[in-house]
Amino acid sequence: MPLCKLRLHGGFVLFVWILFTNLLCAQANLPVHQKEQDSLKPHHLSEVIVSTSKREFKVASPMPVQILSGKQLEKLNSLSVADAIRYFSGVQLKDYGGIGGLKTINVRSLGSAHTAVFYDGMSISNAQNGQVDLGKYSLDNIEAIELYNGQKSTIFQPARGFFASNTLYLRSKTPEFIAGKNTNIQTTLKTGSFGLFNPSLLFQQKISAKFSLTASTDWTKADGKYKYRYQKNNGYDTTAVRQNGDIEAFRSELTLHAQLNPSTKASLKAYFYDSERGLPGAIVANNYEHFQRQWDRNFFVHGTIQSSFAKKFELLANLKYSKDYSRYIDPDYKTLKGALDNKYYQNEFYASVVSLYSINSWWKTSLATDFSINTLDANLYRFPYPTRYSYLGALSSEMNWNRLDIQVNLLGTYIDEQVKYYQQGDSQRIFCPVLSASFQPSNNKNFRIRAFYKESFRLPTFNDLYYTFIGNSSLKPEFTTQYDFGSTYIIEPKKFLQSASFQADVYYNRVKDKIIAIPSTNLFRWTMINLGEVDIRGAEINTNFVFKLPSQVFLDLGLSYTYQKAIDITPNSSTYKNQIPYTPINSGTLTAAINWKNWQMNYSFMYTGERYSQKANIAVNYVQPWYTSDMAVNWSGKLAHLPVKIGAEVNNFFNQYYDVVLNFPMPGRNYRLNIALNF
Amino acid sequence: MKTNYNFWYLLTLLVLLFQGCQTDDNITPEDIETLPRQTVTTVEGLYLLNEGNMGSNKASLDYYDYETGNYRRNIYSQANPEATLGLGDVGNDIGVYGSKVYAVINNSNKIEVMDATTSKRLKVIDVKNCRYIIFANGKAYASAYDGEAQLGDNSPNGFVAEIDTTSLNITRTVKVGRQPEQMAVVDNKLYVANSGGYSPPNYERTVSVIDLKTFTKTKDIDVAINLHQLKADEDGDIYVSSRGDYYETPSKLYVIDTKTDKVKKVFDIACSSLSIVGNKAYIIGSEFSYTTFDYIINYSMIDVKTETLLEEKFLPKTVSDAIKTPYGLAVDPASLNVYITDAGDYVSPGKLYCIEPNGNLKFTVTTGDIPAHIAFKLK
Repeated sequence: MPLCKLRLHGGFVLFVWILFTNLLCAQANLPVHQKEQDSLKPHHLSEVIVSTSKREFKVASPMPVQILSGKQLEKLNSLSVADAIRYFSGVQLKDYGGIGGLKTINVRSLGSAHTAVFYDGMSISNAQNGQVDLGKYSLDNIEAIELYNGQKSTIFQPARGFFASNTLYLRSKTPEFIAGKNTNIQTTLKTGSFGLFNPSLLFQQKISAKFSLTASTDWTKADGKYKYRYQKNNGYDTTAVRQNGDIEAFRSELTLHAQLNPSTKASLKAYFYDSERGLPGAIVANNYEHFQRQWDRNFFVHGTIQSSFAKKFELLANLKYSKDYSRYIDPDYKTLKGALDNKYYQNEFYASVVSLYSINSWWKTSLATDFSINTLDANLYRFPYPTRYSYLGALSSEMNWNRLDIQVNLLGTYIDEQVKYYQQGDSQRIFCPVLSASFQPSNNKNFRIRAFYKESFRLPTFNDLYYTFIGNSSLKPEFTTQYDFGSTYIIEPKKFLQSASFQADVYYNRVKDKIIAIPSTNLFRWTMINLGEVDIRGAEINTNFVFKLPSQVFLDLGLSYTYQKAIDITPNSSTYKNQIPYTPINSGTLTAAINWKNWQMNYSFMYTGERYSQKANIAVNYVQPWYTSDMAVNWSGKLAHLPVKIGAEVNNFFNQYYDVVLNFPMPGRNYRLNIALNF
Repeated sequence: MKTNYNFWYLLTLLVLLFQGCQTDDNITPEDIETLPRQTVTTVEGLYLLNEGNMGSNKASLDYYDYETGNYRRNIYSQANPEATLGLGDVGNDIGVYGSKVYAVINNSNKIEVMDATTSKRLKVIDVKNCRYIIFANGKAYASAYDGEAQLGDNSPNGFVAEIDTTSLNITRTVKVGRQPEQMAVVDNKLYVANSGGYSPPNYERTVSVIDLKTFTKTKDIDVAINLHQLKADEDGDIYVSSRGDYYETPSKLYVIDTKTDKVKKVFDIACSSLSIVGNKAYIIGSEFSYTTFDYIINYSMIDVKTETLLEEKFLPKTVSDAIKTPYGLAVDPASLNVYITDAGDYVSPGKLYCIEPNGNLKFTVTTGDIPAHIAFKLK
């Protein structure tokens, strides 16, 4: 057998063997329900969190984490996950405007492809372009959003959870039934500016003591029209209406939850998303109308099972299959067959097994192994039809003492690239270490300091490798190194000041072999190479205060500030030491909420400092700082004996016209009305 | 509830304070750099059009005045503060004819006509996906890819528009091949290169010939795939470049005899930019290979009378070594100074070099993004 084939089969055999031995070992012991003790127990969410404040702060987490969940999420004037994430520190949201516009996040200037997104424990990825459009995820059935710098601080997670430089976790609502009520229904309707009409339904049914079902569906329709304005002092002043920004989207999810026995739970989910949207395009002189359109259809089915045995072993298995279809039409690009019509078909099969073994009361180890197959078909000229086989492994060790927690991970991966035609990408063998620790310096349990060191990478996407005229099949992955030092401190005086939480971090990151586009034959042809190097230094502060005012009024105040200096240190670069594009040095947010009986009033403020639209930090590339204020009033009560919540929002209250991405104008003042009924 | 109100007053005050923080958004003024002067003969200065990366709306115009030696960068917005969103996106060609300067702004679907002395806007002519412009007999001729096709549409052709240079209106148009590029006028005939670049591997292969009297297409001359640069010499020969298919078929330069309208010679050299002055053709050959992922750059000269490749180099080695991405090329017809641009990485300011016929580097100056097209202003 040739050596390469041996390695391939050997790898797969090893994976299957691990799968088998895990199951065998597990079944040898009697299943006994374990009692949670410490705050880092992986599979039950009993970390030390202070839930009365607006935002949860995980004191003992060695990796910095920001959480928005439950009531806090509902309070923000957010339509989608992308809107909610803007309130995290260290996050740059790239927003192309409107409801249907593409929204991606870039955490700590590492690049948007370095943030992995997980939905209910399963990674959502797009092997073709490496981007997850967060505008697609409605908040209607999301229970919590967690952003981890580094990775989630549990060693009991699929291998993929360890690999990305940052991870974003989205958790959907798990059904909770009060005694005597086996069915929960929530219907909501959102309407307002941009011609928005967005009804949604959440249905939870208790089938038996062990099984329950959740169905969630929503439909979004918007014409995407809004006024925007461009003006210069003593110069032009033009107001126009955004065209071709319409969207129609349908999302539907069905989840079966099972608590098979006290130590085993499982769930099975099916998800479907279908959308059509116009792409509004960059606003340039004399060219305000665009005709490009895009269709997206996603489907996935995901099963997971988690079990614990004899206080020593725990097992987590995940299986997922997903299909993605995307179509792009450009009438301005006249080919022999008429308008340009590109179709892309992606498939992914994913399997993961994690086993955790508790060696003694303070020491646990785990081994996570993942396997996935990604394929892409496209109707492009000279397309290679690639298939990528990924083998991921993560060996972890976690030590928890009274005042010190240390976690060590060793990550290894083997990537095998295959193509039907032309040249395939190089196969990769990579090892990365991760080290993190959290220490309680004094007797106060609510004050901890932490640090982590992490090496990670991101593979070139299929577009980077294979896209006609642009791809480069010999691309290497981008590597990042992160150093972080920070602390979390919480006090709960329970007087006028109910609680105050502080989280501060300083960090130093480096990106190597950054994949960038360089000109090739002419302006319309670029190609990708590994050339960039970026040096990033930053600091983040997150605070939260809860005040108890007289007359049962509670005031929630949250402040966050990010400082970031991310400079280009590519050797021989013409823009050496310039701040990289779209990275403001200063940015911050402020959120305030007042609760009085069943009324609630919110105010949110966001500031993004000046930045440059291109590499050279010169006047012609300067982009103005922007800030927006959003306000909302919510009332919850009973209408015809049914619990109802009604909210009215005004976003961008002071009607500021601004661009997040140059030449993609954002909406001015806009309104939304939300009604939610619970049965 | 007194505390409530106090808090909201404070908050409102803070918010209003922040609103006043945004800095004024002013028109970016031009900036001036003093370079060596030049003797004014028939030429008194040059316009340089910087393309700007697509979608950035950063096409810009620079002017170098021979008499004062002033190089003025980014003059358009200061001269035309009322022009909405400035010059536009992707400056693809520029020409000076009579007292006017014409800038073809490709992704803004317009030709910007300005006064050649003040750079003030005279008129905007809408031409969809316009590419290049040339002049003859009081008319301007612009090639355009056209746009707004439907799905399954069967009309992928571009067109050439005839513009009267007094009224600045489009008088006639004629359909040519797919994605037409550069043009030249010889003996009342207009020759236009068709590239067909939007439908690889089915590139166009022809040069379309248009009779200027009737403004109809009379014939198509078969040359080679993906035609781009097209210039005429004083004897009426047309030099046209083929970009190849970027993989197996390399770039070449062809010569057409306009008396027979047939190809009469082939040069096995890459040609990405071509300029003919007097008896010589100056060529930048910049060929990117998707198999090696690198550029092969060469600079050549051709004697257009004898149609032979010359050994001469028009750039000293120090300059050809310094240039990363050679892009634009023009030769002053009076002094024979060579102007060549370096587009760098396409997303940062580029450079303009001026080299005298004896190989002496006269000056280097920083330009806008992707300096590309030069037009000389005559006295």
